[in-house]
Amino acid sequence: MAGVAAGRRRAMGLRALLLFALCAAGARGLYFHIGETEKRCFIEEIPDETMVIGNYRTQMWDKQKEVFLPSTPGLGMHVEVKDPEGKVVLSRQYGSEGRFTFTSHTPGDHQICLHSNSTRMTLFAGGRLRVHLDIQAGEHANNYPEIAAKDKLTELQLRARQLLDQVEQIQKEQDYQRYREERFRLTSESTNQRVLWWSIAQTVILILTGIWQMRHLKSFFEAKKLV
Amino acid sequence: MGSATPRSASVLLLVLLLQVERPRGAELTFELPDNAKQCFHEDVEQGVKFSLDYQVITGGHYDVDCYVEDPLGNTIYRETKKQYDSFTHRAEVKGVYQFCFSNEFSTFSHKTVYFDFQVGDEPPILPDMGSRVTALTQMESACVTIHEALKTVIDSQTHYRLREAQDRARAEDLHSRVSSWSVGETVALFVVSFSQVLLLKSFFTEKRPVGRAVHS
Repeated sequence: MAGVAAGRRRAMGLRALLLFALCAAGARGLYFHIGETEKRCFIEEIPDETMVIGNYRTQMWDKQKEVFLPSTPGLGMHVEVKDPEGKVVLSRQYGSEGRFTFTSHTPGDHQICLHSNSTRMTLFAGGRLRVHLDIQAGEHANNYPEIAAKDKLTELQLRARQLLDQVEQIQKEQDYQRYREERFRLTSESTNQRVLWWSIAQTVILILTGIWQMRHLKSFFEAKKLV
Repeated sequence: MGSATPRSASVLLLVLLLQVERPRGAELTFELPDNAKQCFHEDVEQGVKFSLDYQVITGGHYDVDCYVEDPLGNTIYRETKKQYDSFTHRAEVKGVYQFCFSNEFSTFSHKTVYFDFQVGDEPPILPDMGSRVTALTQMESACVTIHEALKTVIDSQTHYRLREAQDRARAEDLHSRVSSWSVGETVALFVVSFSQVLLLKSFFTEKRPVGRAVHS
């Protein structure tokens, strides 16, 4: 009885450690440098009901040692996500290492902005930050080992689940494409209408102005007794 | 219950071992202000093939400068004023490779640039799939084939989405320009016609004498 409980606790502990290791592995990779108060924005063009997961890790430049410190407690990054209409979806401050998630409710360009607002930076003049960033959207955001462990899927079932997720992403993207094409068509038709009406209006204005000019000058010359 | 523990343990061990060389990919769209340059860096192992695809989505003449440098500082790729391109390279030196996009030639148009940087091959969805000793069954081979085909479909969709975004940006630009140009032209028309009439009238108007000659 005690052996079964201990075995279950060990399995849970191992699973927790596994998830932690996988999460920690995701925050490495591509990095870039930003200044102290600089804001860096990224755009994700995604269809409806798509989950986006972002992992980041920041390192601060140490001027004395001329190296990037491995980790700096007290360093904060502010993450702001705006939807295509400009409404703020997510606006939170995270630590020097963080993970943010949001799901889109309208299709289109979502803007993800990161900036550091740590006041400690003023002590290190000319501070630069190294930001490791990883943004995954849609099917790429799924963590398959975690899904396999949670739903107890065999390898073949997991492959089938991956294929289902991919197909779902393709379908969402196609719906989004239909919506985009409709917008494009409306814009083009509106431009067509505008060009047509403005051409007519400008021709009419030109003719009327010409008539007014001639009549005004004719009456002017008649008054001057030149005509 | 008893079988879950060694399975989780072996998966954990493999994940920790794979931490050293986990293939990565980054697909980002960012804004590049005018007269600015932005660089990205990634650690690449020796012998690993990486590829960089980039495309300018909005802004100006839809072109950008791009260069890629290896850890020793040599420029392994450099292109100026390109709209889109694809570059693959096998890393000869282990270290940090950097690739930069520059909009320094433009004075007033900021650009939106999309890039896709892939390092190595795609990792298997379960870490222990990479170390199997038996061949794949027919079902598993079929799954792999379908997965690869779907990846091609998704890449093609991304490609068309980017081209469509570019075309739509141009169409919306044209739409707003038509209105402002029409209003401007109408105003110019009125101004020119009024000033023509006034100028013509001034030719035929006698100038008032400044002072009458005094007859003695």
